[in-house]
Amino acid sequence: MTRTVKTVLAALAVGSATLGAQTAPADLAFDSVASLLKTPENVFVGEVAGVGANSKGQIYVYTRTGHPYATLGDNRTFYHGGSRLFQFDPTGLFVRELGQDVYGFNAAIGLRIDPQDNVWTIDEGASQVVKFDAQGRVALVLGRKPENIAVRPPAPRPPAAAAPGGAAPAGPPPGGGANSGRRPGEGTPGSTFSRPTDVAWDGAGNIYIADGLGNNNRVAKFDKDGRFIAQWGATGTGPGEFRGVKALAIDAAGNVYVADLGNKRIQVFDGDGKFKSEFGNVGTPLTMCLSRGATPHLFIAHAGDRDGMDDATIYKVKLDGTVVGKFGSAGKQAKEFGLANSIDCRNENELLVGEMTNWRVQKVSLKAGAR
Amino acid sequence: MKRLLTLVPIVAALGVAASFTLLPVAAQTRATATNVPVIPHEAVPNFFKNPPGIYTGENMGISTDSKGNIYIYHRANETRLFQYSPLGQFVREIGRGNYGFAFAHSVRVDAQDNIWAVDEGTDMLVKFSPQGKVLMTIGRREDPIQSIGNMPGGGGYHGRNEKYRFGRETDVAFDQQGNIFVSDGYNDARVVKFDKNGRFLKAVGKRGTANLEFNTPHSIATDFQGNVYVGDRGNARVQVLDNDLNWKANYPNVGNPWAVCVSGGPGPKNPGKQYLFVSNSWQDSAPADGAAFTGEVYKMELDGTIIGKFGTAGKAVGEFATIHQMDCRDPNVIFTAEINDWRSQKIVLKPQAVATAQQENQR
Repeated sequence: MTRTVKTVLAALAVGSATLGAQTAPADLAFDSVASLLKTPENVFVGEVAGVGANSKGQIYVYTRTGHPYATLGDNRTFYHGGSRLFQFDPTGLFVRELGQDVYGFNAAIGLRIDPQDNVWTIDEGASQVVKFDAQGRVALVLGRKPENIAVRPPAPRPPAAAAPGGAAPAGPPPGGGANSGRRPGEGTPGSTFSRPTDVAWDGAGNIYIADGLGNNNRVAKFDKDGRFIAQWGATGTGPGEFRGVKALAIDAAGNVYVADLGNKRIQVFDGDGKFKSEFGNVGTPLTMCLSRGATPHLFIAHAGDRDGMDDATIYKVKLDGTVVGKFGSAGKQAKEFGLANSIDCRNENELLVGEMTNWRVQKVSLKAGAR
Repeated sequence: MKRLLTLVPIVAALGVAASFTLLPVAAQTRATATNVPVIPHEAVPNFFKNPPGIYTGENMGISTDSKGNIYIYHRANETRLFQYSPLGQFVREIGRGNYGFAFAHSVRVDAQDNIWAVDEGTDMLVKFSPQGKVLMTIGRREDPIQSIGNMPGGGGYHGRNEKYRFGRETDVAFDQQGNIFVSDGYNDARVVKFDKNGRFLKAVGKRGTANLEFNTPHSIATDFQGNVYVGDRGNARVQVLDNDLNWKANYPNVGNPWAVCVSGGPGPKNPGKQYLFVSNSWQDSAPADGAAFTGEVYKMELDGTIIGKFGTAGKAVGEFATIHQMDCRDPNVIFTAEINDWRSQKIVLKPQAVATAQQENQR
C-alpha cells in the first residue's frame, strides 16, 4: 500500500506530460478492406463472433446468422440453430460451409485455428467448444449443451396457506434437467462450461478454455485429448479472480494471458494457474490475439460501449503490457469497428478483424514501420 | 391549420385519446373529416404473380425503386423479402435466412435504390444494396442468451430510449441528405434520427398524448424539405416534425394512421408536387363492424388539407384488408401491402374524375 502511494506521488511529480502519454498512445497508420467476404446469393454472414486463417490462408468465420429457435411441445426446450461456420479462400471468396445442422451451433462467441490447422468453434449458447479437423470432421467436443433452457423465470411461489395441496416445491423451474440446484448449463467442476468464450493451446498441445461469461469465472485446462487437468479462478476483483473471462492467449514460454472483461485488465499466469502479473490501459478487452515471430505482440480490442458506436479501438501491446499504439475507432464505416470480437494476427501486419454489430470481417493492413 | 387545431378538443372530449394510452395497439377511430371527396380508383386484379411453390404471407411492407421494381416484405412461415418486376412478376428473393429477419414490419427504398428492411422481431434495420448485399445494419438482435428470460412474447412498452437499440421499431425514412429517420415503435415511443453512416443524432418522444409524445408511432415519411410525417397510430393523428425533430403540426382528422406515405419517392429526381397519403386501416383484430367506418386512404396536401379519399375495408379486389404500408412514388399509382388477405395490390387513381362526397352518399 505504501509503495502504491509512493508510485502515485512519483507519477504526479513527473507531471502531466507523462500521464498524458500514458492515456493517449500513438495512432498506428493502417488501411482496411471493409468488406472482405463474398458470399453466394442468400448466404449471409451475420454477427462475426470468430475469424481465423489457417496456414494456407483459408479463412474460417463462425457467425451468428439464421435463427436461434426453440420448439414448442417439447419436453426439452433447447436451442436449435442460430450460428454457422463458413470457409473462405484467402481473397474472401466463399468456399463452403462446415458443421451444417450440428447440435451445438447456437450462439457463436469465438473461433481459433490451432497450429495443425484444426478449426475450433466456441459457442456460448451451447456452452461447447468443438474441434473440426482440416477436413471438416468433428475431432473433439468439449462441454455439453444444456438439455434444457428455462424459458421463463420461475413463477413466484404462492403463499403456503393459499397453495392447494401444500407448499410448492422449491427447486429449479419445471423441466430443469438433472442439474438440480444449479442453473441449466452451469459448469460443474471439470468439464462443463458456463458460456465459454475462447480456447488456446500451449506448446505441448494442452487446451485452455476461457470459462467464461457465466458464473464460473475460471480458466479450465485439458490435455490434448480433452481430459480435464486443472482449473483456476473465481468471481471477484483480486489477483486470480475474474469478472467475465473473455479471451485467452499463450506465449512461447507457456504464460497464459487472460482478458478479464469486467475488471478491464489482462492477467498473466503460468501454465499451472499461478498468478504472475496484470496490466490495464487497454480498455474493456473483448478479444486478444498474440502474434508470432521473434517479437510477439498482443492485439487487444477494446469496446467501451455495448453497441460499438461510441468508444472502440484496437491496441498493440508488448507482452509486458506496454502499449505500443492503437488503431481504429467506433462506427460502421471502413477503419471503424463495431464490437471487434475476434482478431486473427497470423501475419502481424495484416490482421483479420471480425465484428459483431457490423456483420463483417475487415482486413486491416498496418503500414510498414508502424510502431 | 387553425381549423385542425380546433378539432383536438373534440377528440379529447370523446375520451378517445385518453383511452388509447392504456392500449398496446390502436383501437379504431372514425375519421372526423367530413365532406371528403371520393377519388375513383381501380385495382389491377392479380397484379403480383408468384411461381408455383412461392407464397407471400402477411404483406407488411411494400416499396418501389427508381426503376419500378417492387419489394414486398412479408411474414410467411419465415419472414421473407421478395422482389417483383414493374409488371408484377416475381424476380427473386433477397436476404433469406439473414440474422436480421424474424418478424417483418416495413420496407423502404432510398434514393440510391438500396432496400431497407424494418424488422420488429429482431429490432433491426438491414440495408441491402440493389444486388441484395448487406451494406449496413442499425439496431441489434437481442442476444439469444439474454432473451431467454423474456420468452415467450416481446413484452410491452418500456421506453428505454437507447441510442442504438430499438423497441420493436416500425418504419424508416430518409431525407435528401441521407439522414435516417426511424419510428420506434411499440416498446419505445419515439422518432430517432441517424446520419447516413448510422450514427445517432437525436431522438424525441415517449408514450403519451401531448405533442412530441406518441402512442405507437407506426409509420414514417419525409418530404423533400426534410419535414417528417409520423403516423401516431394510437393517438389517431399524423404528427409533423421538422428536420431537427421539433414539433410542427398535428393532422388529427383522418382516423388511425397505420401507414403514411409522401409521394415523389426518396429522391428529387422528378421534383413535383408532393402529396401525403394516410391509411385509416381496418384493424386486423377489430370487430367486424369496424369495417363500416375504416379502411379508407386519404390524399392530403402536405399542410394537412384533405384532397380526397378512396377505398373501403374488405377483401374483394380493390378493397383493403388492413393496409400496413403503402408506396406512392407516383401519386396516381398506389401499392398497398395488406395483412389480412396476404396480398398486395396495385391501385390506379383517377384524380381527374373526383366525385364529391355528396354524390357518393347518394349512390
